Amino acid sequence: MQIFSTPNFDFVRWRWYALALSAAVILAGAFLIGTRGLQKGVDFEGGTVVILHFDQQPDSNAITGALGGDATVQHYGQPADNNVMIRVKRVGEETGTDLSREVGRIVTTLKAANVGTFSEKPVGTTIVGPVVGEQLRRQGIMATVLAMAGILAYIALRFQFSFAVGAVVATLHDLLVCLAFLAFFKYDITLNVVAGLLTITGYSVNDTIVIFDRVRENMRSMRRDNLTHIVNTAVNQTLSRTVITAGTTLLSVLALYLFGGEVLEGFAFTMLVGIISGTYSTVFIASAIAIILQGRKPLKGQPAAAAATSTRPSKRRAS
Amino acid sequence: MIKNIRWKIVTILSVFVIFTGLGVYPILAQRYGLPAPAWLKSKQLRLGLDLKGGVHLVMRVQTGDAIRIFTTTTSEQLRESLRTAGVNFASIVPASENSFKIEGVAPDRDAEFRRIADEQVAQNYDRSSATGGTYTFTMKPNVEADMREQAVVQALETIDRRVNSLGVSEPNISRYGQSNDQIMVQLPGISDVERAKEIIGKTALLELKLVETGPAPSREALLQAHGGNLPEELEVVSGAGGGGDTSTQYYLVRKVAAVTGADLRGASPTIDENNRPAVRFLLTGDGARKFGKVTGENIGRSLAIILDGRVQSAPRIEGRITDEGRITGSFTRDEVNDLSLVLRSGALPAAMTYLHQEVIGPSLAAESVRSGVLASLAGLFLVILFMLAYYRLSGINAIVAMVCNLVILLGLMSYLGAAMTLPGIAGFILTMGMGVDSNVLIFERIKEELAAQRGARAAVNASFSRVFLTLLDTHVTSLIAAGFLFQFGTGPIRGFATTLTIGLLTNLFTSIFVSKTLFEIALNRRSATSKTISI
Repeated sequence: MQIFSTPNFDFVRWRWYALALSAAVILAGAFLIGTRGLQKGVDFEGGTVVILHFDQQPDSNAITGALGGDATVQHYGQPADNNVMIRVKRVGEETGTDLSREVGRIVTTLKAANVGTFSEKPVGTTIVGPVVGEQLRRQGIMATVLAMAGILAYIALRFQFSFAVGAVVATLHDLLVCLAFLAFFKYDITLNVVAGLLTITGYSVNDTIVIFDRVRENMRSMRRDNLTHIVNTAVNQTLSRTVITAGTTLLSVLALYLFGGEVLEGFAFTMLVGIISGTYSTVFIASAIAIILQGRKPLKGQPAAAAATSTRPSKRRAS
Repeated sequence: MIKNIRWKIVTILSVFVIFTGLGVYPILAQRYGLPAPAWLKSKQLRLGLDLKGGVHLVMRVQTGDAIRIFTTTTSEQLRESLRTAGVNFASIVPASENSFKIEGVAPDRDAEFRRIADEQVAQNYDRSSATGGTYTFTMKPNVEADMREQAVVQALETIDRRVNSLGVSEPNISRYGQSNDQIMVQLPGISDVERAKEIIGKTALLELKLVETGPAPSREALLQAHGGNLPEELEVVSGAGGGGDTSTQYYLVRKVAAVTGADLRGASPTIDENNRPAVRFLLTGDGARKFGKVTGENIGRSLAIILDGRVQSAPRIEGRITDEGRITGSFTRDEVNDLSLVLRSGALPAAMTYLHQEVIGPSLAAESVRSGVLASLAGLFLVILFMLAYYRLSGINAIVAMVCNLVILLGLMSYLGAAMTLPGIAGFILTMGMGVDSNVLIFERIKEELAAQRGARAAVNASFSRVFLTLLDTHVTSLIAAGFLFQFGTGPIRGFATTLTIGLLTNLFTSIFVSKTLFEIALNRRSATSKTISI
């Protein structure tokens, strides 16, 4: 079986449309994040989460009504479990054992409000005070930034500079697209989502490296050709691999999204978006950036010399 | 050639058997009651808190407490020495957490004062002077840093003793975060978080102090005898009145304790003369000497038993007591058991503040295990189906390599004692999907080489050697990303980073070594000029 028998698509020609589409998605995402903001999970924002077990499936609106405006209520786990997850943004004070005071308040309020019978001992609780929330937030940003820097450094070492920039721009693109979708579908940014974003960083670069490796190989065997043609050939040669890998990874992540439960849902969603965006950016964005940075001049296969003269972006179009 | 392949097959089979035994068999043995030796059972894949259920706490040690207590004690000791030496002064009071101030030192005794002060406190405090016989003593920065560090280390040890006497299996107690004063405690299998917090976080600072005046119903009533002013060397402590009286009573006591929890040799539950639960304590030799001296000199006066700043009872000293005492008050039997436990394990050097608390109930953990296993099986099934449909026979090659990869991953995690968490399962599932990539890369290359009209054997060899560098690059970049996930500490995310990292490393082995050997086996049956291979 073969998906593409001898693919020969002119991907490079479409690069300006691709860049425009990406820019549109990212700008829309930036607008959403700017106006509505990203919803931060309890890990990063602090707050109290209580999971209560009811005898019968309760009315979540009644629970929200009883607890007041800022409480979010949703069913948790299997419908038959009758578990409800309640989240409020408050925590008790960070003195002594006061941090968990909000749990008691929620239980007492719900008992008085007569929303249904539930076991007073919560099935699970998570309480994050402001100090730990701040620490995790800082660590999350640090980890993402450092990972990007580390990957950039590695690729710069193994490939020439313009390719490293292409790979990192493609990766950054995937992160921004993921954030745009997370904002649009109102997913909470949790530790797991950040783990998903970091995994996407690795995955997206992987995809790009496979193509760049092929470009490097083609540069030796196709010295006469210009870079645009070389890159286009490489993208076509690796196309079925790109699609198949995205396929198997997508299938495994889909299993995670469908069966992994609430805890992993945000992670799986991030991965789903990231894999699709990563495949797209590998084919359209990474090589486009590399070509734009390189200009149209044919490469003599001497990376160092080429890198020295190619850091300035060229406006000329390669056909 | 044939001999070479035989050795490779033996290597692969033994790796597979060893890691199946280490990682997979113990899980099956546990689940279906199969026989397994004890050492193998103990190597069973460890589950993280989110899959096992339990309590996760992060707390801060209020190290300032330790500094303040030390400063107060030092200034009180200096007061005693100055009084003994006959050096007059107006007052000596703590000015802040780490400094105290002495005012109105008599000018004619200034030299004597400096000699005593230098001898007694210069080791830990810097002295600065102002006019009118005023001196400020500030703790040296390095001493303060040491003392804060010491407080955290001591708190860690104390909590460790307490958790051990609670009988929790496989607890994890360690320092946490970048700031130096946080401690993380993980207690698998515990779900009564309030009791756990009570025991772990109780300062359990026991102090026996001589009562000057009291009890009285209010501070004002208490201070009347002193003209409404609180003498410097005394302090007011509140607590319940004796004999079942539950209203708050106030006591005026000496600041410096006669005996503290540090002088304890042991503590155990007992009952008092009214058959109510109480705690009996034993003193060390040194503590008994101090206690004997104080009680002998103060027969007829009251001794306040103060626990964490609250008077529990203030019995009259009937005679000289040396090495044993009893704490009575309105305790329940459970409280007495827990109090004995925390007193035995020693006082915390400072109070604790909780910053983060997570409780995973047993039903929640079971649900996570269920969905994790379900998602893994579904992922495995989907990927296998896809590979068989697309690559047919060579698909089996990739599937064997993938299963081998997963088995080694589980075996290594069990062997290393790394904990599997729910995000860890996500990493496990990703290893299936992304691990296949290496095989896809190789297969696609073989197809191309075959299309270029080479012989099958040459095509396979050329493909493996060409793809190797690409594989190395893709794995290194993924490892960089996974590495940064580790800095999220010991949370479930670390489980993800662990499975991802081990999965990437084993994948290099299986996709190159195992997969290539399988191709060699297939090719070995054919002539060297064969041009086809099922791919």
